[in-house]
Amino acid sequence: MADANMTPQPSPAVQQLLRRHRFRVVELLPWIAAIAVFYLFPGYRLLATQVLVLILFALSVDLIVGYAGIVTLGHTAYFGTGAYAAALLARPEWQETLWNVGAQPLVGIAAGTVAGALLGLISGWIILRTRELTLLMLTLALTFLLHELAKDIDGLTGTLITGGFDGINFTMNPILGIFEFDPIFYSTNYWYAFAVLVVGFLIVRTIVNSPFGATLVGIRENVRRMHAVGSPVQRRMLMVYVISCAIAGLAGAVWVQVQDNVTIAVYEFELAGAILIMVILGGTGRLYGAFIGVLVYMILENLTETVLGTDPPYWELVVGGALVLTVLFAPRGLLGIGEDVSTMLGRKRR
Amino acid sequence: MGEILANATTILLFGIAYAMLLFIISVGLSITMGLMGFVNLAHGSFAMVGGYVTVTLVSGEGVHFLLALVIAFVVVALLGVILEKSLYRWIYRRPELDQVLFTIGIVFMSVAAVTFVWDNNPRNIPTPDLPGFLTGNLDLGFTQFPAYRAFMILAGGVIVAALFYGLERTRIGAQVRAAVDNRRMAESCGINTTMLFTLVFALGSGMAALGGGLGIQILGGLKPTFAFDFLVIFLIVVAVGGLGNIRGTFFAALLLGIIDYAGNYFLPSGGGFFIYGVTFIVLLLRPQGLFGKAG
Repeated sequence: MADANMTPQPSPAVQQLLRRHRFRVVELLPWIAAIAVFYLFPGYRLLATQVLVLILFALSVDLIVGYAGIVTLGHTAYFGTGAYAAALLARPEWQETLWNVGAQPLVGIAAGTVAGALLGLISGWIILRTRELTLLMLTLALTFLLHELAKDIDGLTGTLITGGFDGINFTMNPILGIFEFDPIFYSTNYWYAFAVLVVGFLIVRTIVNSPFGATLVGIRENVRRMHAVGSPVQRRMLMVYVISCAIAGLAGAVWVQVQDNVTIAVYEFELAGAILIMVILGGTGRLYGAFIGVLVYMILENLTETVLGTDPPYWELVVGGALVLTVLFAPRGLLGIGEDVSTMLGRKRR
Repeated sequence: MGEILANATTILLFGIAYAMLLFIISVGLSITMGLMGFVNLAHGSFAMVGGYVTVTLVSGEGVHFLLALVIAFVVVALLGVILEKSLYRWIYRRPELDQVLFTIGIVFMSVAAVTFVWDNNPRNIPTPDLPGFLTGNLDLGFTQFPAYRAFMILAGGVIVAALFYGLERTRIGAQVRAAVDNRRMAESCGINTTMLFTLVFALGSGMAALGGGLGIQILGGLKPTFAFDFLVIFLIVVAVGGLGNIRGTFFAALLLGIIDYAGNYFLPSGGGFFIYGVTFIVLLLRPQGLFGKAG
């Protein structure tokens, strides 16, 4: 085999980067769980579908917060823009002018992704020139700006566009003309969200394990050194920001498609806060932290609100307490605790 | 022409009254953030608790409105000291993300706690419970102006003057300025910045409570979601003015207060838009805020 001898062995660094792309058996677990949930808890399919979409949204947030170290409180700006892009396209009144393709789910998610990416490119180019508090404030200001716009644009223009507080209802066409959305049992909706999450996850996983992902971690850990080794820091940050915004837009589009309506809740600050909390709860900078965080958050919220009720707001007390405790005692999140426990038990895998 | 001028003056006066409220609440946040580089999203919670204490004392216990404000100031300042000493001090050196999350956690808990104690219904101080000189209108010749808002402007003016005097002319004020400028250097000169910070934190929390009490009539009632609803406005005032800068906070409050009022006056259906738009533009052109230090 002369050929094999001719190819030079990849260097250890390259080998390590390649090894990170390899899938481990454990990584099948969440997906098996997601498939099982569909059959085991048919009564909770809407909630489960929402969880899947929020996991995708959380992944986009983790990409910039956990990997690139950009603290944002306004990622709903992109989620909401993707949501409105898909919803406006699907508005029944506009179907004729949109060559009747607006209500195609795949057209909707393409539009949501592009809308998120475009807004991310424009706003990121501006926002990322600032740091720390100013950056945080700009992300917040952008979200509130869009929230006000979505709320008031009907009044300002005198025509019905976003439906203000009430939002818009619409009906999606079947996916690829075959699979019809199911507003009662949510079966197609669930698998649709599942499929989008798989694709989105594979993209994010590839990105964070690539050399580009390593650059991001470098920027988070030590910006000066990255400048010193000649890494184009600003361009890398903008790149990951746009990717993250595109995924957030995608998640937003799916979010409204599986529920057949959109309201200004998609732009709300509470959602931006909640998604950040989910990411932190699970553990930042860990792909599967998004899965754990969203799941724990949503289950806890649902449990608290069904068992204890929403008035008085026990949930706010629980989530506030959980957040304070996480920051004080487990800054690396639930997955971080898991890692610590497995290290203590001496069963850490190589 | 005269009518336009009268209208403009009225809008300006209403805007200034709102701006004073913004200033009173935000100034404490500005100094604590400038001093410790600490992102405190829970500042509005202090204002909210102050408002609830005021409303309970005035309409429940029949305490005089002004006395109730003083009590609210003291109670919340003490609460601030307790929180600062017990919880906040653990996260001063943590990354910004931790501070943001930690204080959001506090906001959530404060919203829940306030609902537990005072329930969900919006609270107002009924007009008869207010002292006589705060009700009714003042006749300015060309227009009628609510006495309460005139008092708001007056109180704001007095507080601004007192703060300026305290910060520019007293020993503690000089120490605060030194610590905001360069904390390490100030510590090297023997200034006890930990003490200083607790003091400033207490004062800032008390001021927020004062603002919360004064604001009930202006913001149209008090709800447990106050801490969330106004969280961003206070932060915006601080960021636009420049951290740790009283003069900056004052002018930012004036700018944003007047713009917000005028925006809502001329465009009732889309007025909230302006305040965020202006913030976006100001922070773009001057990321360190209007009066912040460059770099």
